[in-house]
Amino acid sequence: MSNAAPLLQVENLHKTYPSASGEIAVLRNVSLVLQAGETVALTGESGSGKSTLLHLIGGLDSASKGRIQINGTDLGSLNDKGRAKIRRCRIGVIFQQFNLIPSLNVSDNIAFQARIAGRYDPKWCARLSDRLGLTEHLSKYPEQLSGGQQQRVAIGRALAPRPSLVLADEPTGNLDEATGDAVLTLMLDLVAETGAGLLMVTHSTRLAGRLGRQLHLTAGEIQ
Amino acid sequence: MWRAGLVALLSHWRRKPLQLLTLLTGLALATALWSGVQAINAQARASYASAAQSLGETRYAQLVPMSGATIDQTVYVTLRRAGWQVSPIVEGRISAAGESYRLIGFDPLTVPLGIAPEAADFGGNLGNFLTPPGQIFAAPDAATLLQGQFQAEVISAENLAPGLLLADIATAQDVLDLQGQLSRLLVLPDQPMIQPEISDMAPMLQLRPPRQDSDIARLTDSFHLNLTAFGLLSFAVGLFIVHGAIGLAFEQRRPMFRTLRALGLPLGNLVALIGLELLIFALLAGAVGMALGYLIAAALLPDVAATLRGLYGAEVTGALSLRPSWWLAGMAIAVLGTSVAGAGAVWRVSRLPLLAAAQPRAWARASERRLWGLTGAAVTLCLIALSAWLFGSGLVAGFVLLGSLLVASALLLPVLLHLLLGLAATGAKGALAQWFWADTRQQLPGLSLALMALLLALAANIGVGTMVSSFRLTFTGWLDQRLASELYVSAPTPAEAPALRAFLEQRADTVLPIWHAQARVAGQTAEIYGVVDHATYRDNWPMLDLAPDAWDRVAAGTGVMVNEQLARRDDLWVGQTVDMPSGWRAEIVGVYSDYGNPAGQIIIGIDQLTARFPEAEKRRFGVRIDPAKTTELARELRDDFGLPPDNITDQAAIKAFSLGVFERTFTVTASLNVLTLSVAGFAILTSLLTLASVRQPQLAPVWALGLTRMRLARIEVIRALILAAITVIAAIPVGLLLAWLLLAVINVEAFGWRLPMHVFPGDWLRLGALSLLAAVLAALWPARRLARTPPADLLKVFANER
Repeated sequence: MSNAAPLLQVENLHKTYPSASGEIAVLRNVSLVLQAGETVALTGESGSGKSTLLHLIGGLDSASKGRIQINGTDLGSLNDKGRAKIRRCRIGVIFQQFNLIPSLNVSDNIAFQARIAGRYDPKWCARLSDRLGLTEHLSKYPEQLSGGQQQRVAIGRALAPRPSLVLADEPTGNLDEATGDAVLTLMLDLVAETGAGLLMVTHSTRLAGRLGRQLHLTAGEIQ
Repeated sequence: MWRAGLVALLSHWRRKPLQLLTLLTGLALATALWSGVQAINAQARASYASAAQSLGETRYAQLVPMSGATIDQTVYVTLRRAGWQVSPIVEGRISAAGESYRLIGFDPLTVPLGIAPEAADFGGNLGNFLTPPGQIFAAPDAATLLQGQFQAEVISAENLAPGLLLADIATAQDVLDLQGQLSRLLVLPDQPMIQPEISDMAPMLQLRPPRQDSDIARLTDSFHLNLTAFGLLSFAVGLFIVHGAIGLAFEQRRPMFRTLRALGLPLGNLVALIGLELLIFALLAGAVGMALGYLIAAALLPDVAATLRGLYGAEVTGALSLRPSWWLAGMAIAVLGTSVAGAGAVWRVSRLPLLAAAQPRAWARASERRLWGLTGAAVTLCLIALSAWLFGSGLVAGFVLLGSLLVASALLLPVLLHLLLGLAATGAKGALAQWFWADTRQQLPGLSLALMALLLALAANIGVGTMVSSFRLTFTGWLDQRLASELYVSAPTPAEAPALRAFLEQRADTVLPIWHAQARVAGQTAEIYGVVDHATYRDNWPMLDLAPDAWDRVAAGTGVMVNEQLARRDDLWVGQTVDMPSGWRAEIVGVYSDYGNPAGQIIIGIDQLTARFPEAEKRRFGVRIDPAKTTELARELRDDFGLPPDNITDQAAIKAFSLGVFERTFTVTASLNVLTLSVAGFAILTSLLTLASVRQPQLAPVWALGLTRMRLARIEVIRALILAAITVIAAIPVGLLLAWLLLAVINVEAFGWRLPMHVFPGDWLRLGALSLLAAVLAALWPARRLARTPPADLLKVFANER
């Protein structure tokens, strides 16, 4: 058994937001561990705190209490610059709304994060494009693509820097069932190929069942 | 990381070329108008500086011939031998290489320190300057042209004024063919305690006191300040465009900024990259703006030069030479302008929350808070204006007052529009009308910058237009009053004046001497004119204030009249007394307008002039005659009396000349006015175009509910028309206030006279129609695009695929 730190370790995480009627707890005492190569689905009702947890793990927001470690690095000990470095070098994020850069073409969108991370590998990007079926669309702009194609670009962008952790927030939420299935298959295949860990938020228990492990979040707590 | 980030940021502009064009054009226009005006000012000031450096002779008293143009050189020798510290000057105009030059010869051995131009340091060898063939110093351009034109060697001197040549007195006498003749003698300040009287030694010479008002740079300061103020106004209007374009681009890229941050681009790097992006635009647009500014300056400089020559006698070279400092200042102003216009947007990015909804907000909504903010800023500016009005003095305080009120008016425009549109919405009947007014109100924040720019430009146009038209009306009337005589003639020499007067008296109804002397009054040089008691003056002189029996008292020698400039400068009004030269105190019995004259002037009775100022110039006469006989009399003066044609001027010619000077003075202002208005029109066009690009989510539901695209497009045009109309109406009182400030405050501070204000509603109507036409034209393009928008594009709004 290896003594290496787990890919992701979340300990006793709390997140509260201020409101007119006092503090609202969105996450309560959440703990989880994710190893390299593991795929985990995070399910739960709307407002259960799934996206908040994903944002905290991605360093996009700060926890009220608790600790998040990625490859042994405590996100809470990092400033904005340090968290940005973790995001660009070790994490790939796939958003429900794709969040592509509208003014860059497909090729540049896929390469973008790898470039700012200094980990751009043209051969790997070409292979990703090929695997994602985007080779014919490389010079197109996001607005010229269908929803499924845009999400495949987002997957390519997230995997281009070969991150150790992929975070996906409802990646098929905007797609029809068939397209969503196809996109998920591709994503799982590529994640497996890179050896990254995957934490995916989804509403769908059917899709969640395709991942290695499922966690259910209810009212801010993991059941 | 830097490169990829910058490429991502810049890629936005590749997809939005119109927005990029708007931004760069706005910035280039702002820079162009500012730097154009600065180039003109710099050129003029450089000319004054080199003129002052080349020839500071008017700082010294001078001995000039009473009659004729020259002094015999032997007179100079006699005076020197008698102990007078004088230095000879010979001067004349020559034509060479197709240009006219003013050649001044001086004696480097006796000329006072500070007069000998620094430029002419004689190359370290005075011998070459003094001994034949001698040397002639000229400005570099002239030196190149004049090579080989004279026997003397032509030397280039950096600091010499354009059109001026300097040489040793002997060399100059040879070139001018004035051997043994001098133009004047400078009287040095340090003279021996005992010396014979000039009047005994050289009765043919008269002493001209040093001129304190010869500092052209000071005299023309107000003119240049006016130009600078206009440049600043144009710059501000241009910045409105830049601010709007940058603001919109940043709003549209808000989701991109969030994505960049989410993908790992640190905030500091993002802000630095945005700063770099803006710097690139500033440098690009700045370079284009400088080129445009050069063209504007080159186009306007001849008129400015003519104005300065006409108004102040200041020589400004007509060719534009650009200095490195001008380029640097122009680029700096472009960068500064971009920083000012983009600062708010960059600040918002630096505070952009990473997780807020990543939807473009299009434009910040017109919240009550924002309107209160605008009102607060406007009130603050009004208080600043009030302070400047109550406690300030001088031209700068005048401009602070004017600028504060202008900007305050602009800030209040969105508040006014918000209130008016709210009232209209309340009174609207029918769903479409209600939607129209509510939607117009919602668009205000997006359009208010352009409308504020339009208000500023219109107000400036109305204000300056009213001032110029008031000035023209007053000036024309004043010329008619002041130039009552049909003919003005001058005897070539004082000795010939009595004969000329006798000749005229036989042929004219009346001959009015126009004799004058120069003297120091209230610490400054003033012109003293002697007038005869005649109805011409009583009936026509343009009086501002008059004691009951004023003309009788002037004739009797118990009263004097002063011009408005002197009255305002030294607070000398009717009923007060003024200390005249040689201890004479006189009561002021009248104040008259004297436009275009920078110097103080006093009118006294002709007998007083001849008695108290024996050295007065007595060669000039005004002739009253039946206008039909003017031509005949002029012919007789030339043919029978032998008077040179240059010594005869008819009233019409003087009026034409004066009006010519007047019109040229305001050519520059009019040009800048048109340019500023064009920039404001462009601001409306770009605002409407950029707004149209984010309007689909608002228009698609109305289209889906049954309004055709064509009808929506028509509504867009009507909306632009209504907003422009309200702005035009609001601009009229602001413009009139501006005109009043220009006439009653700025003009008095700058020139020393106040003008009555006249209003010209016809001009407002014309300007209003022009503005509405510009607004309709600006709205037509985006409206046409809307009318042709494919339904599929509008449907995307509902498909949430945008």
